[in-house]
Amino acid sequence: MNIHEYQGKEIFRSMGVNVPKGDVALTPEEAVEVAKTLDSDVYVVKAQIHAGGRGKAGGVKIAKSVDEVKEYAEELLGKVLVTHQNGPDGTEIKRLLVEEGCDIDSEYYLGFVIDRATNRVTLMGSEEGGTEIEEVAEATPEKIFKEVIDPAVGLMPFQAKRLAFNINIPTASVNKAAKLMLSLYDVFIEKDAAIMEINPLVTTGAGEVIALDAKVNFDANALYRNKDVVELRDFDEEDEKEIEASKHDLAYIALEGNIGCMVNGAGLAMATMDTINHFGGRPANFLDVGGGATAEKVTEAFKLILSDKAVEGIFVNIFGGIMKCDVIAEGVVEAVNNVGLEIPLVVRLEGTNVKEGKQILADSGLAITPASTMAEGAQKIIAAVNENK
Amino acid sequence: MAVFVDKNTKVIVQGITGSTALFHTKQMLEYGTQIVAGVTPGKGGQEVEGVPVFNTVEEAQKETGATVSVVYVPAPFAADSIMEAADAELDLVICITEHIPVLDMVKVVRYLEGKNTRLIGPNCPGVITADETKIGIMPGYIHKKGHVGVVSRSGTLTYEAVHQLTQEGVGQTSAVGIGGDPVNGTNFIDVLKEFNEDPETYAVVMIGEIGGTAEEEAAEWVRDNMTKPVVGFIGGQTAPPGKRMGHAGAIISGGKGTADEKIRIMNECGIETAATPSEIGETLIERIKKEDGLYEKCLTVK
Repeated sequence: MNIHEYQGKEIFRSMGVNVPKGDVALTPEEAVEVAKTLDSDVYVVKAQIHAGGRGKAGGVKIAKSVDEVKEYAEELLGKVLVTHQNGPDGTEIKRLLVEEGCDIDSEYYLGFVIDRATNRVTLMGSEEGGTEIEEVAEATPEKIFKEVIDPAVGLMPFQAKRLAFNINIPTASVNKAAKLMLSLYDVFIEKDAAIMEINPLVTTGAGEVIALDAKVNFDANALYRNKDVVELRDFDEEDEKEIEASKHDLAYIALEGNIGCMVNGAGLAMATMDTINHFGGRPANFLDVGGGATAEKVTEAFKLILSDKAVEGIFVNIFGGIMKCDVIAEGVVEAVNNVGLEIPLVVRLEGTNVKEGKQILADSGLAITPASTMAEGAQKIIAAVNENK
Repeated sequence: MAVFVDKNTKVIVQGITGSTALFHTKQMLEYGTQIVAGVTPGKGGQEVEGVPVFNTVEEAQKETGATVSVVYVPAPFAADSIMEAADAELDLVICITEHIPVLDMVKVVRYLEGKNTRLIGPNCPGVITADETKIGIMPGYIHKKGHVGVVSRSGTLTYEAVHQLTQEGVGQTSAVGIGGDPVNGTNFIDVLKEFNEDPETYAVVMIGEIGGTAEEEAAEWVRDNMTKPVVGFIGGQTAPPGKRMGHAGAIISGGKGTADEKIRIMNECGIETAATPSEIGETLIERIKKEDGLYEKCLTVK
C-alpha cells in the first residue's frame, strides 16, 4: 500500500527523522495558511499524487512569497498531472504539500528494500541524489553502496556511518546522516514497510541532513497490525474495481482486454492471461479467487468481472487443491442466476471434487461451455467472443 | 526414494483444529500420510480424526518421533509456529499459510540460520511424493509414481503440470512447491540439488513466475551442475510492470524480474520452456525423447 509524501514525512517526523517543516493543503486558502506558519523566505509547493516523477512533470513549484504560494496552489489543484509512472491518463491533483525551502548543498539517494537474494532488509545509498536509482544502477553501478541488515540486531551505527562515508556525505555531517538512517530503519520495521525511498536526502549549507522526499510502500500482509497506516489509504489513487475486489479479499488487477478471467491461484491466473494472449485474445483482468473461496466470494468475483463494460466473454479456469471444484461450480451457477449473464462463459474445472463440480454445472441448465484444458478453454472463449462481433 | 519426504515420514500438523487444517488432515490421512500428531496450544489432550493433539511442537515431537511438520496456522501467528518447529529440531517444516508479513519471514529465515531445520514455503502447496505421502494441500489423485521431479513457485500451476504428465503416462517422484512469497525457506537451487542427487528422478520440470531473479540463478546452476534434463515454464508473460500479481513475490519492479528475461536466460542455459502452460507436459516429453531410452523409462503410469 502506497501513501503520499506528506503522510510519509509525518511518520518520519514523529519518529525523529529530520524533514522540512510543512503541512498538507486541500485548497489554495489552506496553502496560504500553511505558508504563513512557516518561518521561511522560500516555499515549496508539491503536488501529492502517488506516482513518482512529479518534479519533471511540473508538479513541484518554488514560491518566493505567500502570494506566489497561492498562485501555484490555484494552478496545481485540480490539474491532471501526467508523469512517466502514471500512464497517459495521469492523476488529478487533490492535495498539496506546502513546506519551507531548504538551502541545499548536496543531494543523495537512500533506499530501504527487502532484498530477495539475501532475505534481509538492505539499505542502499548513492551520491547521485535526485536521479532514479534504476538509472544510476544502469549507468554507474559503482556509485551504489549497500548495507545488508541483520534482523537480529538491526541496522548498526557502523553500517550507517560506512554508507554515509561511501556516498561522500561531508565528514562534519556523517553522524547526523547516520542518526537519520537509524531512525528510518526504525520506521521501516515498526510500520512494516516494504520499500522506503528518500530521493533526495540533502545536506544543507548549515550542515543539516534532511529527508527532502519520502516514498513509502507498506506490506499489505502486515496492515492488520498497523491500523494507523491503514487510515492513510487514499482511495482516489486506486482503481475502483480493485478497491471493490480488496473488500472481498480477491486479488484483482484491471487490464485493457475484453476477456474476463476468474482463476484460482496467482500462478494459474497469470498463466491464464498468458494463454489467452498466446491464442490471440486479450485478457480484461487478473483475478485470483484465492484458496478458501466460498460460493459468495465467487459471486462477488463474477459481479466484479461484469462491472467492467469492456468484458465480452468470461473464462473460468479452476484447478482445485485447497479450492474445491463443487464450491466454484455452485458459485458460478449462483452468480449467473443472480446477475443474468448475457455473454459467453467457458468453464474449465479440474482437481478436488471435479466430478461433483462438473455435475453441478451440467445440471444447472445454463449456457456454460465446458473445456477440458486451459488451452482449449482459452481458444473456445476467444472464438465465442469473436463470433458475437 | 524421492526428495525430502517418503511413506515413512512422520508428520505433525500445526494448527490442526482450524477448519482448513482439518479438511486437509483428512485428505492427507486418506492419501496414506503418517500424520502422527497435531498441535494447537490449549487443545492438548484432544483428538481429531484419530490424531492426538498436543499443546506444543516439542511435546508432539517427543511423544511421536515426528520429523516433519506442516503449518496451517493463520498468518499473524505462522512465523512463530515455524520457529517453534525449528526449536523442536524437526528436519523439515512445510508452511502452507499465505499472507505472512514479509518482515516476519525475514526474522524466520534469520532464526533458521545455523539450525538443521529446512523450511519449505510459506504460501506454497506443500510437498508430495507420489503414491507415498502428501504433505500439503495438493489434490492427491493427479500424482502418480514415476521419475520426473517438479518444483514450482505456484500451487495451481504445479497441479497443471503434474496432471499433464500423468495423462501422458509420465509419473513423478516428488512435487515441491516453494511458494510465491519474496522471502522463503527453500529456493529452486535447493530443490534442484535434491533432484539431481535422487537416483529415482530422471528429469525435472521447473515452474517459475515474474519477480525476483531466482529462476535466472537456478538456470545458471542447472547449466553448471545438473546432470539431468530440465524443462520449464514462466508465468506472467503478459503481466503489467509495477503490479503485484496475487503472489507477494510476483512483481516486475525497476525493469527487473520480467518473464522474457527469465525465459531468455533459462533457454541460454539449456532449459527448454513451454510457450503455454498447457504444453508443459509435452515440452518435458519432447525433451526426454532426445535422451536414449529415457522417455520409455519415464512411462510409469498405466
